[in-house]
Amino acid sequence: MTEQSVPDKGSAPLPTGVAFDPAVASKLLTRFGHGGWLGMRYHAHGDGWVELALPWREDLVGIAGNGPGSGILASGPIISLMDNATSMAVWTMRGPFQPQVTVDLRVDYMRAAMPGKTLIGRGECYKLTRTIAFVRGVAHDGDIGDPVAHVAGTFMVLDGPAG
Amino acid sequence: MTAEEQLKVAKAAPLPPYAQGLGIEIDHIEHGMPVLGVEFSDRIQGRPDFLHGGALSGLMEMAAIAALQTELARRGDAVRLKPINVAVEFMRGGTKQRTFAVGRVTRAGRRLACVSAEAWQDNRDKPIATALMNILLSPVTAPTE
Repeated sequence: MTEQSVPDKGSAPLPTGVAFDPAVASKLLTRFGHGGWLGMRYHAHGDGWVELALPWREDLVGIAGNGPGSGILASGPIISLMDNATSMAVWTMRGPFQPQVTVDLRVDYMRAAMPGKTLIGRGECYKLTRTIAFVRGVAHDGDIGDPVAHVAGTFMVLDGPAG
Repeated sequence: MTAEEQLKVAKAAPLPPYAQGLGIEIDHIEHGMPVLGVEFSDRIQGRPDFLHGGALSGLMEMAAIAALQTELARRGDAVRLKPINVAVEFMRGGTKQRTFAVGRVTRAGRRLACVSAEAWQDNRDKPIATALMNILLSPVTAPTE
């Protein structure tokens, strides 16, 4: 049970109960903390989905140098991108902002991300209960039909009602 | 090899740029496997004062791969590792303190390896998260010239 990248009370103003606008919230969320360090940016959103972008950077790769496999984005940044995108997708459905934590997240790695290319993470919330949100998502580097990764996971509202 | 000698050998190989950027380092050896450690910082923070789940997942993946590499090196196998998938369970919120992770190779066959990893903070018996990874092993072929 951990983290959501949305700052609640404290460092940044995104109080519980306020309507959630991903385009505005991303400016905060992607400037601070882990998302800020990774260089995540808002890309697009709709009802129940959010897309974030993660530009390629040399210090985010898994293998340094020029050998085989070098220059490929490490898997950690992909998980972080999808954790944030799916989490924000939940808020677009819930309406008012409610702090939540990731319960579990599964990532299937279809192929390596192309070195130098910006990764797009599309997160969708496909079912919402009072406490739990079920999410899925796709990471791709330009063509959503040729994905880099698929994810599935769940989030739980903090201090929400049981059931 | 004693744990001390093993730690020296493990520390000689640089960690991936992504791991270095987050401040991940090899902390010590536990049952022959490298334990990774990372100090809390803004770089790995999610909601205020808590670890980001993605950063924590990255740490556990790194620990899982380090454990598998240790096991394969013992066998003398030269293979490339391709992660197939990872499933992460978050049990407790990671707070502002040092976080550790270690991997355990459940099975490493010729083509496929199944590796688990767990992360903890001040109490080794209370994991904050676990991960299960499937990794494809492909033989390293000599460069064609």
